[in-house]
Amino acid sequence: MSESLVTHSPGGYAPALFRRSIADALEMDHGVDAVAAEERAASLAKRSLKKDAKVWGLKLAISMIDLTTLEGKDTPGKVHALCQKAMRPEPLDPEVPHVAAVCVYPTMVPFVKQALKGSAVSVAAVATGFPSGQTFTDIKVQETRATVAAGADEIDMVIDRGAFLSGRIGQVYDEVVAVKEACGDAHLKVILETGELGTYDAVRRASLVAIAGGADFIKTSTGKGSPAATLPVTLCMLEAIRDVHDETGLVVGMKSAGGIRTAKEAIQYLCVLHETLGVDWLTPDRFRFGASSLLNDLLLQLRKQRTGIYRSPDEFTLD
Amino acid sequence: MGAVEKPRTEVAAPASWDYAPAPEAREIVSFERRYGLFIGGKQVSPKSRTWFSTISPSTEEPLAEVAQAGQKDVALAVDAARDAFRTWSRRKPAERAKVLFRIARVLQERARELAVAESLDGGKPIKESRDVDLPLAAAHFFYYAGWADKLEYAFPGRSPKPLGVAAQIVPWNFPLLMLSWKIAPALACGNTVVLKPAETTPLTALLFADVCRQAEVPPGVVNIVTGDGATGAYLVREKDIDKVAFTGSTEVGKAIQRELAGRDVSLTLELGGKAANIVFDDCALDQAVEGIVNGIYFNQGHVCCAGSRLLVQESIHDQLVRKLKRRMATLRVGDPLDKNTDVGAINSSAQLERISELVQSGVEEGAELYQPPCRLPEKGWWFAPTVFTNVAQSHRIAREEIFGPVLSVLTFRTPDEAVEKANNTMYGLSAGVWTEKGSRILWMADRLRSGVVWGNTFNRFDPSSPFGGYKESGFGREGGRHGLEPYLRFE
Amino acid sequence: MTDRLPVRKTYKLFVGGAFPRSESGRTLEVEGHNVARASRKDARDAVVAARKAVAGWSGATAYNRGQVLYRLAETMETRTDALAAASSGRREVARAIDRVVWYAGWADKLAQVLGSSNPVAGPYFNFTLPEPTGVVAVIAPDEPPLDGLVSRLVPALVGGNAVVAIASDSHPLAAIELAEAVATSDVPAGVVNVLTGLRSELAPVLAGHMDVNAIDVTGADGDRAALEELAAENVKRVVRAKEDQSPWEIASFMELKTVWHPIGR
Repeated sequence: MSESLVTHSPGGYAPALFRRSIADALEMDHGVDAVAAEERAASLAKRSLKKDAKVWGLKLAISMIDLTTLEGKDTPGKVHALCQKAMRPEPLDPEVPHVAAVCVYPTMVPFVKQALKGSAVSVAAVATGFPSGQTFTDIKVQETRATVAAGADEIDMVIDRGAFLSGRIGQVYDEVVAVKEACGDAHLKVILETGELGTYDAVRRASLVAIAGGADFIKTSTGKGSPAATLPVTLCMLEAIRDVHDETGLVVGMKSAGGIRTAKEAIQYLCVLHETLGVDWLTPDRFRFGASSLLNDLLLQLRKQRTGIYRSPDEFTLD
Repeated sequence: MGAVEKPRTEVAAPASWDYAPAPEAREIVSFERRYGLFIGGKQVSPKSRTWFSTISPSTEEPLAEVAQAGQKDVALAVDAARDAFRTWSRRKPAERAKVLFRIARVLQERARELAVAESLDGGKPIKESRDVDLPLAAAHFFYYAGWADKLEYAFPGRSPKPLGVAAQIVPWNFPLLMLSWKIAPALACGNTVVLKPAETTPLTALLFADVCRQAEVPPGVVNIVTGDGATGAYLVREKDIDKVAFTGSTEVGKAIQRELAGRDVSLTLELGGKAANIVFDDCALDQAVEGIVNGIYFNQGHVCCAGSRLLVQESIHDQLVRKLKRRMATLRVGDPLDKNTDVGAINSSAQLERISELVQSGVEEGAELYQPPCRLPEKGWWFAPTVFTNVAQSHRIAREEIFGPVLSVLTFRTPDEAVEKANNTMYGLSAGVWTEKGSRILWMADRLRSGVVWGNTFNRFDPSSPFGGYKESGFGREGGRHGLEPYLRFE
Repeated sequence: MTDRLPVRKTYKLFVGGAFPRSESGRTLEVEGHNVARASRKDARDAVVAARKAVAGWSGATAYNRGQVLYRLAETMETRTDALAAASSGRREVARAIDRVVWYAGWADKLAQVLGSSNPVAGPYFNFTLPEPTGVVAVIAPDEPPLDGLVSRLVPALVGGNAVVAIASDSHPLAAIELAEAVATSDVPAGVVNVLTGLRSELAPVLAGHMDVNAIDVTGADGDRAALEELAAENVKRVVRAKEDQSPWEIASFMELKTVWHPIGR
C-alpha cells in the first residue's frame, strides 16, 4: 500500500530511509477534539511518581535533554562552557548521566564538535532558515549540507508554516524530503512550530506529513515563539507517531521543546509518553527535551530526592 | 559523513516503569466507632436498638457501626422535619440562601477529608472523589443557594411555595454527591428533609450532618436516617411526608411508585440505564476512545448513565476495538486511596456477584470476552475492566443494566440504524454521540429518547444542567432551573 | 494609650488592582481627608486596565464568577466597621453585602433566565445567549454612600464586564473602602477600578471614550443629557437603574448572541 523503504535499527538512532506518499499519510488523518485531548493530558499530568521511579525518571529526563543555546549573541566561549555542562552536568555525582545532545546555530557547530570530541553527546544544529523558515528551498538544502559538513550529527529543520497554512502541503512535504536527503547520515528532526498551526487537527496533519517525508523525529517548537511545547500538543503528536508505528512498524521519535522549565513538567511529559507509546519509547533515542534551564531543576530535584532537603538554585552552576 | 552510532551511557531502568503507590493520607479523616441517627440536629440512638457495620470494599475492613433505623425512628425523623419546616419555610429566603452558601463553603474546606471518607466507604478512586464528587457536591449547594431568594424569576407568573417534608433516598455510587443533588434544591425551595443514605455507604452522609452543624443549619431541617431497604420502605410509608425523591434501581423505583399510588405525595425517580455510546467513522478517534473508557470504567461502571453499550459504525469497528483494548490495558485497578488508581473496588460482594453472573451469561450467549491482564488485590471486591465484542441486541449483557465495568460492543451502518438500536430499550437515561459533524450531533440528539445526550463527551455533570431520564429510567429532573420544580407547589 | 497617634489612611485611586496616586498629583479635601483627584489620564489608564482584564473575567466560568463575588461579600463583611464609618452605618453596609450575595447567585443562572433556545421554523438548532458587553463606566450615585455604588457596580460585574467607576463627589471614602475589600478578595486586577475626584471632570471623559462599551448614568443627575450625547459617538449602551435589584439590571449590561446550526444526518 505505501511505497516505503524502512531501514531502521531498533535501539540506535541510525537514520531511517522511509518515505510514504502524502495520500497514504493523510489517510490516517482525522479530527482531534481539543477539549478531550486537553483533559486527557491534564489527567496524565496528575500521575504521581514516588521514590525509585522518580529518581529514575529525573535521570532519564537529563539523558534526554538537547541542551540548547540559540542566541544571536552566542560565541565560541559560551558554547564551550555549555558543552562542559552537557558532558558532566553534575561533577559531584557520577551517577548523573550526560545529556543527549548540544543544539546550536550552524556557525557554532565546529566549536561544539571540538568541545564534545570523544564524548557520547551528539552535535545537533538547527538549519533551514531557523526559526521562521521564510527563505528559499535551495538555500535551506544548502544550509543543511553545509551544517552537516561542519560536523552536525543531528539537524533540526523547520517546516514552512506559510506553505502549510495556505494549503500547499505538497511544498511542506517536498522540503522535508529534500532536507532529509541533504542530511546524509545525520538524523533529521522536523519542527512543526505547533504554536503557529492553530489547531490540534493541523498539528496531527503536519505530523503525518513530516513523518511521510522522512522525519526521524518530529518536534513541537523552535522555542522562539509562544506557545511552545505543551502536554496536549505532545500527546497529539505522540498519537500520530503511534498510529504510523501501528500501521508500518516505523519508529519515529518525539522532541518537546520550549517552555519546559521544571522537573515536575518533565516527569509529566514522561508519563504522557509512557502511557501513549509504552516503555520502549522511554529512551533518548526516541524522546528528547529541547531545553536549557530545565537541566538545573532536574539536578536540584535529584539532590533533594537524595538528601530529603529542599535545595537552592545557587547550588548549581549556570554553565 | 561518518557513522552516527554513538555509544551512550545508559540510564539503568528500574524493573518496570511503574507508578509507585501514591497513597492519599488516610489520617485526614477519623470515624467514630459508632454513629447514631441525625434527628432534630442531634445524634440519637435508634429506638430499634439495632446496628450494623459499614465495610470498606477494598479491604473488607469494618469502618464504623451505624444505626438501623426502624419504623419509630423514621417517624421521629419525619416529625422533626415537620417541626422545623414551620420556621424554615417562613425564614427570609435570602437568609436560607446564606445557610446553603455556608454549607457549600464548609464542603470546600473539608473536601479532602470527605473525599477520603467517600473512597474508603464506597471504593471509588480518590482521584474521582477528590476531583469530581466533592467539587460537584459543593457546586450544587452554591448553585441552589443562589436560587433560594430568586424563585419568582425561575417561574414567572407563578407563586412558588415549598412542599413541606421531603423523603429522600440516595444510592451507593455517588453517596455525597447524590445527597447534594437531593438536599440542595429541597432546602433552597424552603423544604426540610429526611434523607436515607444507601446501606453500604452511610459515612459521608453522617459526616454531612457535622457539616450542617458547622454551617449552623437549624435543627430538624436536615435529618439523616441510616439503614437498609427496610428503612427506606418505612420512610416512603410515612403519612406526613409531602414528597419522595429516589435514586436507585428501577425495580425499587417501581415499588415506590406503587406504594405512593393514590396518595398526595409528589414523586421523582432517577433509575437505571443502558446508555448507548454511538461512535461514527468521522469521529476524533483517540478522544472517542477516551470517551468510551470514561463512559463505562469511570466509577467502576457504577453509574446509572454509564455508556454500557458501544454502538460503533461498522466501518471502523476493528480499528476502534484495537485502540480500545490497548487503552484498557493502561487502566490501573487497585487501592482507592492510591492517587494513581483509575478503577476502584466493586461496592459490595452482592454487586460483584450480580456483575459476575451477567458476565457469565455473556460468555454463554456467545459474545467474545476480553479483559486486559490485571493483577487484582487479594482482599476486597474487584472486577477487571471487561469488554464484550460480537454482542447481539438480544443478549442479556446488551439489555440488562450490569452496573459494573463491563462494556458491550455492537455495530450499526447508518445514523438511522444507530438511533433505532440506541432507542431499543426500556431505559432512556443518557446517550453519547461521537462525530466531528455538528449537524449530525444535533440530528441524533433530536431523535434519541434519552434525558441526557452527550456530544463528543461523556459523563459530564454540572449543577446548572438538568439531569434525568425518559421511560423506565425515571421522571423528574435534577439540576438547573428545572430541578427546582419538583420541590415546589404553585398556587 | 491616649497618647497614641493613629496611623491615618491615605486615600488613593484603585486602578489595575493597585492603589496609585493621581498622575496629576492633585488631591481634594473631602470628608476630612485628602483624597486623590483623578485626571483624564488616570481615567484613560483605568480603561486600559479594565480592557486588559475583560478577557480573563468574561472567560471565567459563571460558577467561578459567582464564587468570586461571594468572596467579595466575605471580605466586605470583615470590613463592616470601616465601611460603616464611611457610609450611613451598619444597616446600609448589611444591605450592600446582602446585595452582593444576591447578585453573586445570579452568575450561573443568567443564561437560563436571559437566554433561550428558539423554536425556529426549520431544521435548525437556534439558541440565544447573553454575553458581557465589555468595559462599563459607572457613575456612582451620591446616596446611599456605599450601597448606591454597589447597586450599580455588582450587576455589571456578574455577567463578566470590567468596570471603571467614578466615585461620588461627596462620598469618595466609601468607594475606596469598597475598593480595599475588592483588592483583598479574589476579584482579578483590573476588573474593578475606582476613580475619586470631580465627577464633572471625569464623567465626560468616560462618556466619550471610544473603548468604553456602556455607561451607567444613574448617578449623573443634571449632566445626563450632555453625557448621553457624548456616548453616541461609539454607540455606547446608556444604562440607568430601573429597579432596585433584578436580573434585568444585569441584562442592561449584556449583549445577546443568537446562533444557528443545521440539524441533519
